Amino acid sequence: MKALAVGFLVIIVLAALAPLPAPYDRQFRDSPDARPSRQFPLGTDDLGRDRLSRLIYGTRVSLLLATAAALLSCVTAAALGGIAGLAGGMADTVILGAADLFLSLPWLFLLLLVRACLPLNVSPTISVAITFLLLGALGWAAPARVVRATVRKLSRSDFMLQARAAGSSPARLLWKHLIPNAMPILWAQLWITIPAYVLAETTLGMLGLGVMEPLPSWGNLLRELEGGGIAGHPWLLAPVLLLAAVVGSFQVVFEREDYSA
Amino acid sequence: MKLMLLIFLAGELRFALHDEPKTTDPLMTADESAEAIKYLTEGVLIRVNRLTQKPEPELATSWKVSKDSTKITFQLRQDVKSFTSEDVVKTFRRLLDPALHSPVADTFKTDKGTVKISAQGPFTVTAEFPAPTASIEIIFDQVAIGSGLGPFLVAERKSGVSILLKRNAAYWKRPLPVVDTIRIDIEQNRDLELLRFQRGELHVIDKLTPDLYERLAAEAPGTAVDAGPTLDSEFLWFNQAQRAPIAEHTKEWFRSTAFRHAISQGIQRADLCRVVYRGHATPAAGLVAPSNKLWFKQGLSPEAFDPAAAAKLLADDGFRLENGVLRDRGGRTVEFSLVTNAGSKTRVRMAAMIQEDLGKLGIKINIVTLDFPSLIERMTRTLNYEACLLGLVNVDADPSELMNVLLSSASNHPWNPSQKTPETAWEAEIDRLMLAQAATADYRARKKSFDRVQEIMREQEPVVYLLNPNSLSAVSKQVTGVKPTAFFPHTFWDAEHLTVKPAGGG
Repeated sequence: MKALAVGFLVIIVLAALAPLPAPYDRQFRDSPDARPSRQFPLGTDDLGRDRLSRLIYGTRVSLLLATAAALLSCVTAAALGGIAGLAGGMADTVILGAADLFLSLPWLFLLLLVRACLPLNVSPTISVAITFLLLGALGWAAPARVVRATVRKLSRSDFMLQARAAGSSPARLLWKHLIPNAMPILWAQLWITIPAYVLAETTLGMLGLGVMEPLPSWGNLLRELEGGGIAGHPWLLAPVLLLAAVVGSFQVVFEREDYSA
Repeated sequence: MKLMLLIFLAGELRFALHDEPKTTDPLMTADESAEAIKYLTEGVLIRVNRLTQKPEPELATSWKVSKDSTKITFQLRQDVKSFTSEDVVKTFRRLLDPALHSPVADTFKTDKGTVKISAQGPFTVTAEFPAPTASIEIIFDQVAIGSGLGPFLVAERKSGVSILLKRNAAYWKRPLPVVDTIRIDIEQNRDLELLRFQRGELHVIDKLTPDLYERLAAEAPGTAVDAGPTLDSEFLWFNQAQRAPIAEHTKEWFRSTAFRHAISQGIQRADLCRVVYRGHATPAAGLVAPSNKLWFKQGLSPEAFDPAAAAKLLADDGFRLENGVLRDRGGRTVEFSLVTNAGSKTRVRMAAMIQEDLGKLGIKINIVTLDFPSLIERMTRTLNYEACLLGLVNVDADPSELMNVLLSSASNHPWNPSQKTPETAWEAEIDRLMLAQAATADYRARKKSFDRVQEIMREQEPVVYLLNPNSLSAVSKQVTGVKPTAFFPHTFWDAEHLTVKPAGGG
């Protein structure tokens, strides 16, 4: 477990310091599709760009933005799910209805639609930030339902009854009793949502609608695998392995955190 | 077991189209898939041989063009059952009906009126044009006459899945097509198309991307075919339309000839051909591909990559480089978006290389990929884009084919479509020259006009031509008789003469 945590930390640090460990940020046009070498440990892509550098930068883009989007989803879900669970009545009906509506939206087509309506002349960084923002804004519904159910259950629990009977104010009930007990569920939702958004970005990237050139991301790095050209080129699997390792680490490392919480 | 059965179905040619045909009406075709089905199932008066590029008799046994090139008289075949001049007249009456809005009919309309078709007897038809028309016979290659007169018939259509064609037993030409059936699958994913070809499920791939061509050439030598340079081109252009909803200062850059020349000089075309097209393309010299030997203006050569000259042009035009960032007279950063269609890896790669090339001049390009309908909407209706990277498929070598692109009034005039009157003197001159070349049958006179058009396009560079790709296709060893050409359809243009051997037969 420690090894996984350390490995995960190393990936995060490398991604955060991307400009330092990534050796190149230009095209080596005389060496497109080069095999791994001392100069290019993971070879170069079809435009002669160092794959290792792109993988490091891509990790930063995918992880940072997926985490930000997941945070947005979970904070929205906590607020709306909390209100629905606590207040009940009309608020519960409206929020649950909205959640059902969001769950039924074909998010991929919605993203395509919004993307087509956006101004074109925005930098790749802003474009990808908008994409993740949309992912985050659209993805609150599923965690909100979980939070609502949890809050509803907690608010009817014995310890809440005792706290109410002891004269705790609503604010104290919320901050001292409800939120701490709902936190493991919220954390779990966050750790589930981050990999989901990482995978959503890879789906968009595979469709050519994710992070724009020249910015790398796991999604557009994985596009190299589209043609099934892995045979004889195992180094192309590097982003897959990294993606699997990170998503797996999330589950293992933070699942443990959840239990200890 | 299923696969084995498929493989041993003798006499079936199988290939894929990348999209569902948009129409089943042969008079309404505009997309490549519908054109392919039309080509295989419909009869025409004259067919342009894709190999020789010469018109050959089909339902017309002969034709005669009047001296002033305003009238063409066809003698029709008399051995085709239930086929007379009435069928031709009826077809044209429907084609030219304004209510139909046929894209095919555009070729038969001019500002002086439309073609009049009349029967001069049961097997003689005359087409009278309102003005002299160049290469008058070639345009009849596009018009499907009657129905059921082609070598194949549509036997089954499964929307989004496949189209099955069967040999037309009543086909007027003898011998009948060799293959019994043609199965055309709808396969959007080109990688899957290649995998299916390698598994023997498909027999030809009409158009391969360079990377897939290279992969196939390495994995299955002898099946990848480079038929040489096509007439197609890949290019970028800037939105110069007055009514385009983009910033005025951006339009001002785009309207500057010096700016456009600088962009052109700042792009390494040779690298695009070498890296993106793996050597299966040649740098473009301009509007016409050098492989179009009849019409290419000799002496034109690709714009040389010269970043120093490009920087000087920009400096002379009031731009200045500050800390690696190019700024215009008003101090604004030179930054614009370059749109292209999502799904074309080749174009996205080209855009990434252009982005790096122009970055060295201090120009920042934001690449945007859009799904094709959104892109077309922006290009033709809202005009809400700045620069665009696309390609043009030329199916005909004749300059008249480019009328709908070069005339300032044309809706496909890329940089400033549907102008009521030409907004610049040089566009007015292009209009005049294009109409002049279309109004005579004298090759020298036409060539002179069209040469000047090519020169103006080079002097003004409203379109930055990048490269002319080669025709890359895949042909299974099971199929014999395929003669890939640089013109669409590249591999199955002679489908009635192709034979398919059972798998394992070499």
